[in-house]
Amino acid sequence: MSRLVYSRKPGKFAIARLAGAVKPGAGAHVGPLALQSDEPLALPTPEWVRLRPRLAGICGSDLALVDGTASAYFDPLVSYPFTPGHEVVADVVDADGSPGRRVVVVPVLSCVTRGISPECPACAAGQINLCERVAYGHLAAGLQTGFCADTGGGWSHEMVAHPSQLVDVPDDFSDEAAVLIEPTACAVHAAKRFTGAQTVIIGAGTLGLLTLAAITATPRRKKNSGPIIVTARYPEQRRLAKELAADVVCTTDEMPRLVRSRTGSLVVGDQLTSGAPTVIDCVGSSDSISQALRVVAPGGCVHMVGMPGNVSVELTSLWHRETSISGCYAYTHADFATAIEVIRRHDLGRLVSATYPLADYTEAIAIAAAAGRRGAVKIAFDMRGKH
Amino acid sequence: MARPGFVLEVDKSTPPLLFWRGEGFSLEKLPAGRSRVIYPPEPLEAIKDVDGAILEALLNPIDSEPLPALLFPGMKLTIAFDDVSLPLPKMERPDNRQRVIEAVLDLAAAAGVDDVHLIAALGLHRRMHEYELRHALGDRIYDAFHGRGQLYQHDAEDLDNLEVVGTTDQGEVLEINKRAAESDLLVYVNINSVAMDGGWKSVCTGLASYRSLSHHHNPTTLENTKSLMGHRDHSALHQSVWRLGKVLRDSGPRIFQIETTLNTDMFPSPFDFINKREWEWTAKDRAIYLGTTKSLKRTPIKMARKIFHGMQGPHRMTSVQAGETSAVHEVTLQHVYRQQLVEVQGQTDILTMGIPFVCPYNPDGVMNPVLVMCMGLGYLFNMYRNKPLVREGGVIIMTHPTYKDFNPVHHPSYIDFYEQVLADTTNPAEMSRKWEQQFAEDEWYRHLYRTGNAYHGVHPFYAWYWGAHGLQHAGKVIIVGGEPAVVRRLGFTPASTMDDAFEIASDVVGRHPTISHMHVPALLVADVK
Repeated sequence: MSRLVYSRKPGKFAIARLAGAVKPGAGAHVGPLALQSDEPLALPTPEWVRLRPRLAGICGSDLALVDGTASAYFDPLVSYPFTPGHEVVADVVDADGSPGRRVVVVPVLSCVTRGISPECPACAAGQINLCERVAYGHLAAGLQTGFCADTGGGWSHEMVAHPSQLVDVPDDFSDEAAVLIEPTACAVHAAKRFTGAQTVIIGAGTLGLLTLAAITATPRRKKNSGPIIVTARYPEQRRLAKELAADVVCTTDEMPRLVRSRTGSLVVGDQLTSGAPTVIDCVGSSDSISQALRVVAPGGCVHMVGMPGNVSVELTSLWHRETSISGCYAYTHADFATAIEVIRRHDLGRLVSATYPLADYTEAIAIAAAAGRRGAVKIAFDMRGKH
Repeated sequence: MARPGFVLEVDKSTPPLLFWRGEGFSLEKLPAGRSRVIYPPEPLEAIKDVDGAILEALLNPIDSEPLPALLFPGMKLTIAFDDVSLPLPKMERPDNRQRVIEAVLDLAAAAGVDDVHLIAALGLHRRMHEYELRHALGDRIYDAFHGRGQLYQHDAEDLDNLEVVGTTDQGEVLEINKRAAESDLLVYVNINSVAMDGGWKSVCTGLASYRSLSHHHNPTTLENTKSLMGHRDHSALHQSVWRLGKVLRDSGPRIFQIETTLNTDMFPSPFDFINKREWEWTAKDRAIYLGTTKSLKRTPIKMARKIFHGMQGPHRMTSVQAGETSAVHEVTLQHVYRQQLVEVQGQTDILTMGIPFVCPYNPDGVMNPVLVMCMGLGYLFNMYRNKPLVREGGVIIMTHPTYKDFNPVHHPSYIDFYEQVLADTTNPAEMSRKWEQQFAEDEWYRHLYRTGNAYHGVHPFYAWYWGAHGLQHAGKVIIVGGEPAVVRRLGFTPASTMDDAFEIASDVVGRHPTISHMHVPALLVADVK
């Protein structure tokens, strides 16, 4: 069974960081990620099942890992060596080894998957994304499938999963549509922060577009809702954002002027005196957070949907204007059901721009790292061919 | 003696023709046998004794008592003057405004008048910088009046200092600067660069409020302004302004109008080759052209702008007349036409024009894309009498780099207009309906207009409306050398070369169109028969 494996190799990690700084995605050539042939993983407990991934997406957090820019915060929350890939559509392997149900994986490794009983308060409340035990139980540390040595990940021909992690794929869904269910569930979770007031979405990569799709699909968006302003860097992103019913699509440079104009704000230095009550940052860089704080209204909130990592941000305005920054991580099981509806409504399977076999992982990762510039959105590995 | 303007039929021996391209130039060949070039008259001889002529005009005005007879101790005297939008480029010192105002002030002082206010008649234009006021008025006037609060700039948003003079029979409200309205005498000092300026337009726009201006600065009026530089009967804008002028005459302060005209000696050495006809260029002119264009290509754009905007035109006064507004303006028009009018037979399929680095709305600033449209379709297209140089449905070709660049201090609302309004529509009526009010009432723009050096929030709309008739008239507009994305945002078609532009134009006007080229500078008005 072949799979891509990410090992703890500090030297290669440093080289990947250098290479990734020169050319995003280049860390795949020189870093700790390698294609290996291994024996199948052992099932953690008898109730776990084997999966044969069909498609597995490449996510921004995966790219951060490959290019060595992932935060050190994650170190105690992962276990090496692991196989990345948490956006997975797969076939369950039946007892006779034949493909069974087609499922997507809810990758969060929460109390139930770890055999922890009683569950932590968050899991007990259904908020598995806030599980307090992601480094405990009978599994090795790992906040999600794709970061845990015991479960494997989607970038492989075989992985294992707990039955509680499986969501059946509707028959009318293509694999391409199905592989977007997990990131769309993230977006659905983020869209819950939408209040109907003017909202800015920073970034129109996969996460930004899916968040937009989730918001525009929600019943909370009414005719009299405030405008949704989306910043998009590339023409294809702009086109898609308009298609997904953004009210205004602009460049990052234009956005502060646009929010100022739409809110009738004055300006003090670089700071709007008024602004948008809700800003959803789907980028997570120092620049995007700084810009979000410049345009968020007093008392408003910047929701971090993009993974921020180690950033440097001037927070005086946050103090002075009583704004807040709020994290927005993953999803609950219920979000997956909503995600399926959002995908169906917007026909989001078309956002999968290209798929690559595992053997071409360096090329796939390079394309994923430059997806926006190349007019692409989601790049995925395709394991439907030869094993 | 200055030679009159004329029309050159292009043949095989015609040398390439000079086109402005913003902060640079190019030489372009036009097709022989079907192209013509309209050259303006050479600069008229200037008045030799300018101060004497000014005094003569003040003492022997048209349809008015002499100025000294209108001055008396204890009176309120207000002198309003044209702002930085005129003349272009700025004139060598002393500026005509300084000369005229000094003469008026001398007579006022002699009459014992001490309540004198000077007001820059900005309308919705940006406030002038101190150095611009000093240039226009001279240091003596600036230092004497500014410190005492008696030299200031009109504020069309200062509700406490605006006064309604009256309403026309068509419901147009005339609201002007309160100090001017309450004065015993309002003296208005004009620089009449083109025929559309002056007359009742001086006070009714320069000292008016947004409410008042919106009666005639709107798409409907400007689409029906078929002759901005010619017959007033064909200009809905001027008809509106003249109606407001009647209200002003009947219910407003007494007005003493002073109008001055200039010759077209616009560019100093070494740029004086611009004023010449190409086949008369000397070897030195050619060398200067080559040297200038090559070095401009290597010069950073900011530096090039500094060089161009730093130029002072040698233009000289050709006439000065004072007295009753309408009567004065009729005389002024004759002087303007004497300098600028060129008789042209018939229209053509294509009109070509070079767009320079400056228009009335970007002195010492950036010729942003909205102003490129305004200069081409609002000003140069309208430089005709009787009918446009290009036939209805014909093609207008401009040359300009048309970069996405704005002066954020002077044109903050232009940036938003470009990014938001033009992204939505280029249709004047639609943008007026959907967007104008938001921009006009934007508190931030209002603040920048009133306290900084920004054009009013609504001004980019007015700049766009200025080209409304041109937009409506032309079948296609092409910009040669502009940034394609920016040109498309304006709703126009980009072309990389003049030949490409002709090729593109062939879709509209066929393979063998007739072509007119306006040789600007200098300024000219084509009298199209």
